[in-house]
Amino acid sequence: MPEVLKAPLVLEFPFTRSLGPVQSAFLTGLRERVVLGVRTSDARTLVPPVEYDPVTAEELRDLVEVAPTGTVTTWAWNHAPRRGQPLDTPFAWALVRLDGADTALLHALDAPGPDTVRTGMRVRIRWAEERTGAITDIACFEPYDGAAPRLTGHDGHFDNAVTGIVAPARLDYTYSPGRAQSAYIDALAGHRTVGERCPACRKVYVPPRGACPTCGVATAEQVEVGPRGTVTTFCIVNIKAKNLDIEVPYVYAHIALDGADLALHGRIGGIPYDRVRMGLRVEPVWTEGARYPDHYRPTGEPDAQYETYKELL
Amino acid sequence: MTREIAVIAFAQTDHRRTSDELSEVEMLMPVLHEVLDRTGLQTADIGFTCSGSSDYLAGRAFSFTLALDGVGAWPPISESHVETDGAWALYEAWTKLLTGEADTALVYAYGKSSPGSVRDVLTRQLDPYYVAPLWPDSVALAALQAQALIDAGETDEPALAAVAARSRAAGQDNPHAQLRGSVPHGDYLVRPLRTGDCPPVGDGAAAVILAAGERARALCARPAWIRGIDHRIEAHSLGVRDLTDSPSTRLAAERAGAFDRPVDTAELHAPFTAQEIVLRKALRLDDTVCVNPSGGPLAANPVMAAGLIRIGEAAARVHRGASDRALAHATSGPCLQQNLVAVLEGDPR
Ligand SMILES: [Zn+2]
Repeated sequence: MPEVLKAPLVLEFPFTRSLGPVQSAFLTGLRERVVLGVRTSDARTLVPPVEYDPVTAEELRDLVEVAPTGTVTTWAWNHAPRRGQPLDTPFAWALVRLDGADTALLHALDAPGPDTVRTGMRVRIRWAEERTGAITDIACFEPYDGAAPRLTGHDGHFDNAVTGIVAPARLDYTYSPGRAQSAYIDALAGHRTVGERCPACRKVYVPPRGACPTCGVATAEQVEVGPRGTVTTFCIVNIKAKNLDIEVPYVYAHIALDGADLALHGRIGGIPYDRVRMGLRVEPVWTEGARYPDHYRPTGEPDAQYETYKELL
Repeated sequence: MTREIAVIAFAQTDHRRTSDELSEVEMLMPVLHEVLDRTGLQTADIGFTCSGSSDYLAGRAFSFTLALDGVGAWPPISESHVETDGAWALYEAWTKLLTGEADTALVYAYGKSSPGSVRDVLTRQLDPYYVAPLWPDSVALAALQAQALIDAGETDEPALAAVAARSRAAGQDNPHAQLRGSVPHGDYLVRPLRTGDCPPVGDGAAAVILAAGERARALCARPAWIRGIDHRIEAHSLGVRDLTDSPSTRLAAERAGAFDRPVDTAELHAPFTAQEIVLRKALRLDDTVCVNPSGGPLAANPVMAAGLIRIGEAAARVHRGASDRALAHATSGPCLQQNLVAVLEGDPR
């Protein structure tokens, strides 16, 4: 059995999200160093404010300013900050009920050590130097024993209110394709295309995924297919992909390798794009040191008859 | 309720820290075969198939459709998927059977946490405006809940350590468990939680089969009848909730009939020790109830399958006559945000 293949995989997206009126006012307020809550019909003040009452589902719009000072309602000491968290030195996670609010806000609390933190301690907001209208405009909380500062009296209406946020998200993985696909990739590096046969229906799957999707049983018997095959269907790509050094237009095709019961896909080269056709016989072209075929090119054989590949479309 | 529906079979993988040599479908398929074999059913005999999983765990797009390769979905089957724990897939299957549109259902769930960092992955389920940008990991949020309980005088660190020790001692008898026997309680991960207060990170899969009425009796010597099942959710903002209580669990339990008569067994989906304290209170479980005889999620916690496993473990005890009335609980979201409760009973012996 070949060794298990592994490769780093990074999933990274900037999520662009629009804001409702209450979220917009709250995040714009943070940009301006004003903290806003929202009032419910039973006179609770929710901070952070939400668009709808979490109990009654009633629409909430009544913005009210609260203080940048507050009280820790619970906390947890984080001695090993992780990527993306508000501070890169040890800190406490804390839920903080700001003065004037009835609910608590989650953020980091910058404190010298766990022995200096307790539930009930007084804290205030430390503002980020650069603020854009995001929850990270609060850099963190810090211990504070003084009186609550006077409110600005803000009514929650701002010029140039933020209407959206861009939240980057990155997750790192170590990808491993599993037994069947590892064997396939391994054989491919030796310029051999090896599929797997279903013990029940006898179909040969290329690339194999370890199971016959029709029968729901494991495939294990390895079967070398190709190298030649037949174009079963194709499309013409007219738009250049980012980071891909291939001249457009080019042809991307489904190719049924000889002996396979499933078509795989690949690029067709060595022939003008407008001459590619169903039934065209092709073979893989390997570049120096490559672990997989660069593309497929015509073999020069007569085209395959439709009857021979119609089940593989 | 006009139709009696039962869990008639349960199977699970051995849960392991890594399973690099297996793709998700390769990990899942043996469990599907095992659960079908227990009933003598084949895929074609199953009326409805429903699964629970999350592509974010392994970073593998559309893994839930690839997982269907292991079912054998041709000719086309009646199928659905939930992007949460498989316990909710079971709930969907239960409703499908209630309608009478199917007599049997296959429910499965799997999670492969080893390729990624599950603590970070789970931050992506949080409020994207106010919380997710801070990347508070799952252990940190559970630690906030634990501290709230300690502050309220409802537990302390030794009591939490005792929950961990009891769970892993019970896990000793569970051949599928990942953490078994005597496990050091370890250092703080996020204080007040130590490594021992947290579930093992690992890969695994589970499957159950549901059947209605006489079909269940024909396929299983002692079906685990679902007498009630309900799920409830709380506000998503942590600062709105009382983290020392679980009103959603209590309400789901009430609606599932859990308080009508005492249960002898409870399988609780409490991945963190402190959450067992919260659940015991919400579910009014006293010391006469056998809690997590499987070891629970502190012994094996394949994310997305661990809740379904609670139902499977509870049902398996009914099947083998070790329980007459068992409660199974599943959770989803941070700090027990959403909770499902099922009550399972065996026929009188
Ligand atoms: Zn087959």
